[in-house]
Amino acid sequence: MTTHYLVLSALLFAIGAVGVLSRRNAIVVFMCVELMLNACNLAFVTFARQHGNLDGQLIAFFVMVVAAAEVVIGLAIIVMIFRTRRSASVDDANLLKY
Amino acid sequence: MNGTINAPSIEYAQLFPVLVVFAAAIAGVLVEAFAPRHLRKSIHVPLTLLTLAGAFIATVVTALGGLPATPVAMGAIAVDGPSLFIWGVILFLAFISTLLINDDEQFVAQAAAVPGSADEEDAVRSGFAQTEVYPLLLFAVGGMLLFPAANDLLMMFVALEVMSLPLYLLCGLARRRRLLSQEASVKYFLLGAFSSAFFLYGMALLYGYAGSVDLKAIGQALATVSNQETLLLVGMGMIGVGLLFKIGAAPFQAWKPDVYQGAPTAVTALMASTVLVAAFGAVLRVFWVALGNLDWDWRPVMWGVAILTMIAGAILAITQTDIKRMLAYSSIAHTGFLLTGVVATGAAEQNSKALSALLFYLAAYGFTTIGAFAVVTMVRDAGGEAGHLSRWAGLGKRAPLLAGVFAFFLLAFAGIPLTSGFFGKYAVFTAAVGGGALPLVVVGAVSSAIAAFFYVRVIVLMFFNEPAADGPSIAAPTTATSAVVALAAAVTVVLGVFPQPVLTLADQAASVLFIR
Repeated sequence: MTTHYLVLSALLFAIGAVGVLSRRNAIVVFMCVELMLNACNLAFVTFARQHGNLDGQLIAFFVMVVAAAEVVIGLAIIVMIFRTRRSASVDDANLLKY
Repeated sequence: MNGTINAPSIEYAQLFPVLVVFAAAIAGVLVEAFAPRHLRKSIHVPLTLLTLAGAFIATVVTALGGLPATPVAMGAIAVDGPSLFIWGVILFLAFISTLLINDDEQFVAQAAAVPGSADEEDAVRSGFAQTEVYPLLLFAVGGMLLFPAANDLLMMFVALEVMSLPLYLLCGLARRRRLLSQEASVKYFLLGAFSSAFFLYGMALLYGYAGSVDLKAIGQALATVSNQETLLLVGMGMIGVGLLFKIGAAPFQAWKPDVYQGAPTAVTALMASTVLVAAFGAVLRVFWVALGNLDWDWRPVMWGVAILTMIAGAILAITQTDIKRMLAYSSIAHTGFLLTGVVATGAAEQNSKALSALLFYLAAYGFTTIGAFAVVTMVRDAGGEAGHLSRWAGLGKRAPLLAGVFAFFLLAFAGIPLTSGFFGKYAVFTAAVGGGALPLVVVGAVSSAIAAFFYVRVIVLMFFNEPAADGPSIAAPTTATSAVVALAAAVTVVLGVFPQPVLTLADQAASVLFIR
């Protein structure tokens, strides 16, 4: 019965990955990364259920903490670039190339 | 008995180098919070240097006390020969990077002030620079120490993030050309977070396959679990993406030139040397310990990645016009050379030969890289460092010593005999031939030749072109910067002329391979 949850997790991960590649606003890109991390959490919890051990549930907590730390750093960086350029679009950040 | 929870046993003595670095990082945060502004730097610099030196000494003492046979901290961290060698190298390199970072010309006065605003002018006039770089550096170094020593994937993921998150911030703190620096920070952060998500999903799939994230348990599950190949192979691929991104192997190399160019040069020196060492340690542990029995499946992919990385690094470097970008592509090419050692697996004896070669190469390359970036910090224009290659024309006539040292570093990158780069390449390619990867070595030799072309081009530019009338000024180096350049040059010479002690040390570290 756990298959459904794994399919859902794979779908969420894919939606997140497509979002990262196609969206232009850095905040939305970042939210898509968070979606991918949560897809991982769902997979961990499902596999924990499947194997009957607690490792996966424990890992999900670690991932939440890491994701929270990542939000702190990420929003700081995105706000910094928004204040400088008045835009959070990843297409506008194009000074470094070739 | 039900309901009792046993406290985990932690081997504090063996983990001392890691713990002391994290303790100093937290102390650094407290200094930021409570010390008055004018005192902060004079507290941070000695604290950081003493911590890194102390952790280095503790690593040496641990290594002299004999290697433990089992992982410590309930099986989460493996303090074995390769870990200790890598710790020593990282701590030494971080120590000399700190000497470079100890230069107020590198870091922004007030990161929160918008570039070009009145706030920024005020901040610059105050004469201070952000001192948060020191605790951030220590957190990153702590993560780097844990990353290659992690014996389960959860510890590895947490260490990966502890290493990366401070680096994302450090990239955005350059004093000059702040728009470039901030852009580098955003790019590094978004791509790094994306690749971490891949690592994490791969970890989830391997957990689904093996029922554990312990590297040894995954290795054992390869023999016992059947009918789950999809989970295993997709999981391995996704973990591979996360790790190959961190070492900057093609096709995941795109961040490297942007980040290396935009970041403050002192931070670039730190990233180009220590992060590469740490990430290669983690790559080896995942692919040799957990997935070692699956080498028939991952070896062909790694072959492709290694070839692509060597060729892409060498060819794209030719077209570069910025010195830091050129060094970044050179770093990509070196990643490819190192990957030829990763695929050179076989019997235990062959593995330890390849591992020893990789350890020596990483140490030699790390010192040369820091030296090269230290020279870059000294060649300056009015607006900061003179990045464009045309500005370096005729440098040999205006500053012969500096240009000579830089030319020497470039020759070491190219792997000319009598430099450390020669023995590094020789050792890795010999191991690769022993592991049956002769075609890879041929590609490696060809791309070395291509790479030599653009190194020599810079040397010709420096020595045989007329200097521009309004050429860049050579900043009088601080004592610390001159010490870094001198030390890096000395190590490059010594490892090139008399490499035996370090080779022996790497052999000893690699002799029993990774413990499980």
